[in-house]
Amino acid sequence: MLFTKKDILDMESLSVDEINLILDTADRMKEISIRPIKKVPTLRGKTVVLFFYEPSTRTRISFDIAAKRLSADSLSIAASTSSIVKGETLADTARNLEAMNPDIIVLRHSSAGTSHLLAGLVKSSVINAGDGMHAHPTQALLDLMTVREKRGGISGLRIAIIGDISHSRVARSNIIGFTKMGAEVVITGPPTMIPKGIETLGASVSYNVDKAICNADVIMMLRIQKERQKSFLFPTEREYSKVYGLTKERVENARSNVLIMHPGPVNRGVEIAYEVVDGPYSIILDQVTNGVAVRMALLYLVSGGARNAGAD
Amino acid sequence: MLVLIKNGRVIDPGNLDGIVDILIKDGKISEIKEHKSGVRGQGSRVGDQGSEVRIIDASGKIVTPGLIDMHVHLREPGHEYKETIKSGCLAAAHGGFTAICPMPNTNPVNDNGQITEYILNKAAIADTVRVYPVAAISKGLNGKSLCEYGELKEAGAIALSDDGNPVSNSQLMRRAMEYAKGFSMPIISHCEDLDLVANGVVNEGAVATSMGLAGIPNAAESTMIMRDIALYELTASHLHIAHVSTKESVLAIRNAKKRGVKVTAETAPHYFTLTEDTIKGYNTNAKMNPPLRSSQDREAILKGLADGIIDVIATDHAPHSYIEKEVEFDQAANGIIGLETSVSLSLKLVHDGVISLTGLVEKMSTNPAKILGLNIGIKTGRPADITIIDPDRSYKIDSSKFQSLSRNTPFNGWDMKGKAVLTMVGGKILFDEI
Repeated sequence: MLFTKKDILDMESLSVDEINLILDTADRMKEISIRPIKKVPTLRGKTVVLFFYEPSTRTRISFDIAAKRLSADSLSIAASTSSIVKGETLADTARNLEAMNPDIIVLRHSSAGTSHLLAGLVKSSVINAGDGMHAHPTQALLDLMTVREKRGGISGLRIAIIGDISHSRVARSNIIGFTKMGAEVVITGPPTMIPKGIETLGASVSYNVDKAICNADVIMMLRIQKERQKSFLFPTEREYSKVYGLTKERVENARSNVLIMHPGPVNRGVEIAYEVVDGPYSIILDQVTNGVAVRMALLYLVSGGARNAGAD
Repeated sequence: MLVLIKNGRVIDPGNLDGIVDILIKDGKISEIKEHKSGVRGQGSRVGDQGSEVRIIDASGKIVTPGLIDMHVHLREPGHEYKETIKSGCLAAAHGGFTAICPMPNTNPVNDNGQITEYILNKAAIADTVRVYPVAAISKGLNGKSLCEYGELKEAGAIALSDDGNPVSNSQLMRRAMEYAKGFSMPIISHCEDLDLVANGVVNEGAVATSMGLAGIPNAAESTMIMRDIALYELTASHLHIAHVSTKESVLAIRNAKKRGVKVTAETAPHYFTLTEDTIKGYNTNAKMNPPLRSSQDREAILKGLADGIIDVIATDHAPHSYIEKEVEFDQAANGIIGLETSVSLSLKLVHDGVISLTGLVEKMSTNPAKILGLNIGIKTGRPADITIIDPDRSYKIDSSKFQSLSRNTPFNGWDMKGKAVLTMVGGKILFDEI
């Protein structure tokens, strides 16, 4: 199968075959990162711009490492050091970037839909590294890769996503990604954080955290942000952790081979207990490792991928 | 010079409905002659006085009292690159309107007599449609202190509104309603609970959720409408509700009217034509406040229009340049232009059987005139403010041809049936596509 997508904007626009191709490619890419010399010439001469309007450690570094391991020239721009602070619009910045002929632009932005806006303005490939509360497709793909790697498949699994679903692009992309690949997704969290109409994305909603946990093959915890208290979404971290946190006791009631995930950054002791983060079921660091492989696969595929003979 | 409009079906609700010839002399309607039943284009001749007569053959057309858009935003003073008073007036004329009411959220705000006079002077220089400025309820639209309604009225303001901003302080709203009574000025209320809106940018619901956009619940509008109706009942003043967008709002107004409350309400063509689905793909030309709602809301608006709960169709014409629209959806300015598409979109309601032609004229002319206290109508001696509509003319909306300086419309490229084809103000023809 040939990969023909110019952009990676969200999980809706990827087909099951495309997702499988990305995951298969990522599986092969993973090996490069454990070689003594972690570099292949695949994307030599390609330019990857990492455009981050919003703070990020994991995702930006992950893309940067992915690009470098494929020998692409990557450079990072942060909004705070760009012309944005001089009042330049995203559209104008995009046109200026385009004039320098980059091959791929990776965009992280706090507003939903910005990757779509950018993709419509430039000829370069656009990879969405998170846009507001809308989508984080590379996170969903690395989560799919990690679960598939641990379980041999995704279809038929039951995934519980717990926490602030309203504000989570990770939740949205994972609901779409996992249901597309045949898993069942249950979301749970405080009713203040379950957005209206989330069922239309394919998830079912439960307000019983314990039930959601004990039936799950995969438990995905979401980061809770303290500032949500100001908009009355939850009273205190103390109560949140008691009612919705993934405690050691809750994990004991879970299935014996449960996988525990978290997109990071983790609030230890709030949405997830210290012991659980480092515990035997946690695959949180595998997610990070696989993030590099998935992003290598995406950079490779959008730049022509399999069309370049002998590329890997 | 004399103008004779002949053979048109004149609809002036409560006054005339039939094939009527209208003679206009010195800018005023000087003679009205109804055709004998069944005889078209003959009848007794009007204006046969030997002087030069411009004859407008309105066969197959609808002739109405001038249409009034009681809710527009002209961006002058302050944002002349989006719209000037002149360009807005020309857009109105080309859309079939003979009068418009610009809202006060200019920069500086129309909250004092000088700004009102400035607007009226500019309108006089433009010398096109009639402009009736709406002045601010509160100084600077900040909801903290009352404007000088006496001075504003004297300067020519016709109504009061903090449109764009709600009046959050209930006490201020109560006093504004009471104080405005002394000047017979209606209060036009932009009903919005800003705490419930929070950082919302689109209708709350499945579309917002899947697009990752913060939602605005229907209750943000309907709770404030209910408050304002309660204040109206307390003050017995003159309240008009702007841009109704939700089913709960229609219900609240319906219930109020049922118990005899004389509140009036308007909606805009986009609320009865579009739903929240239009924002898909992050279409900033479908971003407005209140936001496009669900199909159930749209149904309720249609029903409200059909049974008269919603009195007025007004556009909320809100010009913005691409600078404000070609940006992140969150940050895009609210609003769309409407003056040059309103008649066609409203005629669609007639073609779809939602309202009658008479209903359309009521909502776009008779009712706004009543609310604003304007003396219009096809009557001898009245100024000749007349709109001619061709209900069957097919055309494609082409925003590049608009008179408005802005292009922010979700309707570009739509195939329409019916439009305004002639606009006359004081006997002067401002627009003629007949």
